[in-house]
Amino acid sequence: MKDTPIGNGFVPSGQLQLGIFFQGVNSGTVWKSPESGSQTDFESFRRIAQTAERGLFAAFFLGEGLRLREHLGRPHALDVAGRPDAQTMLAALASVATRIGLVATQNTTYNDPADLAHRLSSLDLLSGGRAAWNVVTTDNAWTGANFRRGGYLDHADRYVHAEAFVNTAKRIWDSWEDGAIAETPGASAWAAPGSARPVHHEGKHYTVDYVPRLPRSAQYRPVLFQAGDSPEGRDFAARQADVIFSAHPRLDDALDFRRDIVERTVKAGRGANDVKIMPASEFILAATPQEALEKKDWVRSLQIGPEQAIAYLEQFWGRELQGFDPDGPLPDIDPVVEETSETRGSGFHGAKAKQLADQWRAEAKDKGLSIRQFVSARTSRGDSSFTGSYTEVADRLAEYARTGAVDGFNISPWLIPTGLDDIVNHLVPELQERGVYPTEYAGSTLRENLGLATPVRQEADTIRLQLTVGEQLL
Amino acid sequence: MSTAATPSTGPSTEQVRQGFLALELDGDGAHPAAWRKARHSPAELLDGTRVRATVLAAESAGFHVATFADGSLPPAADSVDGRDVPGRLNALQRAAFAGPVTGSIVLVPEVDTVYTEPFHISTQLASLDYVSGGRAGWLVAASDQAVDAAAVGRSFVSADGLGREAADSIEVGRRLWDSWEDDAVIRDVATGRYLDVDKLHYVDFESAAGAGYSVKGPSIIPRPLQGQLPVLAPAGLLGADQLSAGAADAVLVSAPTPELLAGEIAEARAAVPAAAVIAELDVVLDARGQSAVGRLAELDAHTPWQSSRARFVGTAAELTELLASVLETADGVRLHPAVLDVDLEELAQLVLPALRRRGVLAAQQPGSTFRDLLGLQRPASRYAAATATESATVHAPSAADN
Repeated sequence: MKDTPIGNGFVPSGQLQLGIFFQGVNSGTVWKSPESGSQTDFESFRRIAQTAERGLFAAFFLGEGLRLREHLGRPHALDVAGRPDAQTMLAALASVATRIGLVATQNTTYNDPADLAHRLSSLDLLSGGRAAWNVVTTDNAWTGANFRRGGYLDHADRYVHAEAFVNTAKRIWDSWEDGAIAETPGASAWAAPGSARPVHHEGKHYTVDYVPRLPRSAQYRPVLFQAGDSPEGRDFAARQADVIFSAHPRLDDALDFRRDIVERTVKAGRGANDVKIMPASEFILAATPQEALEKKDWVRSLQIGPEQAIAYLEQFWGRELQGFDPDGPLPDIDPVVEETSETRGSGFHGAKAKQLADQWRAEAKDKGLSIRQFVSARTSRGDSSFTGSYTEVADRLAEYARTGAVDGFNISPWLIPTGLDDIVNHLVPELQERGVYPTEYAGSTLRENLGLATPVRQEADTIRLQLTVGEQLL
Repeated sequence: MSTAATPSTGPSTEQVRQGFLALELDGDGAHPAAWRKARHSPAELLDGTRVRATVLAAESAGFHVATFADGSLPPAADSVDGRDVPGRLNALQRAAFAGPVTGSIVLVPEVDTVYTEPFHISTQLASLDYVSGGRAGWLVAASDQAVDAAAVGRSFVSADGLGREAADSIEVGRRLWDSWEDDAVIRDVATGRYLDVDKLHYVDFESAAGAGYSVKGPSIIPRPLQGQLPVLAPAGLLGADQLSAGAADAVLVSAPTPELLAGEIAEARAAVPAAAVIAELDVVLDARGQSAVGRLAELDAHTPWQSSRARFVGTAAELTELLASVLETADGVRLHPAVLDVDLEELAQLVLPALRRRGVLAAQQPGSTFRDLLGLQRPASRYAAATATESATVHAPSAADN
């Protein structure tokens, strides 16, 4: 890989890993097809996790629900919703899927560090070293309405808070000495006295005084995923994450993102290859390019029906738009809300609604798109979609491996529970033939399978220093 | 009265009252020094293989229910400078891990209600019900440990506040479990609606306990398979008014000695006729050519076993007699074996077969739920009736209506 365009000492591995993101919410998952199964029954999860494992996937990924998505003040009716607790489901899957990594999205705002670190430790031990934590933050009071703590965090504080939280979790995971537990039942004590160091943290948002109750796992401690895309989010990932669940799947964007992350990672004192990147992606595959395109049209029509298209705009317009034709132009009336709100589950941050509406109207007019076409284009995240024949897509992916743009892809199947079948049956063998995909699990832990180094124990002093630096930077 | 006593058509025409047996699977056994007698290396306690092995052993022995203790392990008070304090995996996760690999045993984790988020634990327990096919329950705990408060940076809740915290968490859990009516997921292709939002409900819970908190709802997971998970609470935790209002489906009763259990069972039964009564019993059996008394002495020499439960120390035959007699009045008995690897083997080979022969144990039916075992109907959502009335009169406009 001598022609690497990344720089800063980064060396492409030439390999890809796959992850599966069982979404459980929103419009990406088709529910109108007769093949679409239950979103909550364990069998759906078992089926898809075992298929992923047959395809040597590195990770099974679950999101976290903290409040049911709403639309104009009521729960949103049109999309898939209602999902199990991530760690509970992953603990269950650990017993029937024995190789795949288990990634739980968990919020730093509505969890307590000692409790969350303990439960992740527990999942890590239970699964033989296969647990990971996708670190996310929230600050809004709307989500807080379901929790004792309520909405208590300033938006600007969320990464400071998240980093203090993650550092506390790492100290908890690092607190047991190696070999603390007795080798045999004949030993004098179950764990050598004093082998767990107490963790104390006193911060702006919470205090923790805790004697960690679990030793380290086979992979030392849970792998950390992170998805933040703002400059602060990227720096946070560069300092803390093992894997970035990125939003940059297009090759040129992915290369730019890699360059940026490598630069930030090196600046943070870590190795250029220390942070893996796995963008979110969707695959629509068939035997021929033509069939794949037809399939894509069909999937899109099921993902964004006329009702979803109108409802999508209503989220941003803040008013009912039922009078508008889904196959006509974007509404000519203006939004009634000052600011779009992520609390409605749109994931859209902070733009002024009026400005946004003008921008969208212009864009739709320019491209000659109807409401439905416009919304479909926006929500399908065209960039993250890989559509084509198995060989075509395999060739495209091989280029990502060669350039080192990404370390793999985190696939959101549009169909549950059979949505990975064609990927595992047809795409994976093509990738293996090209020498860019594993032919067996590299090891028994997630860390081994992702090619991550064993972490260095974090001492309390180092963390204090890092935190001070982090706070100044922000 | 809710009871597991399904009338049996045994050999005699007289009805034999049938009960269930629960087994606490924590650690290597209930005795703090149990790990010293375990048949595996100490670190193996903390892996999935061990969890799977013990719960499968309990299921194949014929236990109806497995419980999983949680919380901070007793500090130095219960052990000599902490020599006998092992690590402990999260109870709810152990139960979830066991879900897919078992077929009939009910899985009941202990979950604290004081220093946890009621919204999270409600979701976790509902999820456990899904992964176990409706075999989940909730053993309510209320931590009285200052270390648990310090761990999450909350003010310590003193003994008199625990019942209120527990009752509030249970109420939040129950409301959230009902917040999706059974048929809320409609997947109606014609109207493009995945959900019928008229069947989703805000729970608007307000707690006056401690600093106070509120929970808005609805849940983020559909209604559990059982509708409501059975809730088990130790006797004395919840007040009489809370119990009468149906906060718990079963109470766990303890007594200083096995002889005194009958009185406690009768008292609990009289106090809350609607709740099932489960007697708690520590167990040490003669095993491997060693007397129970000798085994206990050996274990106690390491760390004395301090327990508030009645303790049985003796032969399998004597235990069979005791359990048959306790099950005449209790709906179930929960056993806490001193050493799992040793005592469970004796229970499986000698005690449970003898009790089955006597016809005093409820039949184990694969595919049945915990509610089935307790003789409880699957309840309608508390919000279901309200919806019927509401939608007849007020029809809130929404995007979904067209």
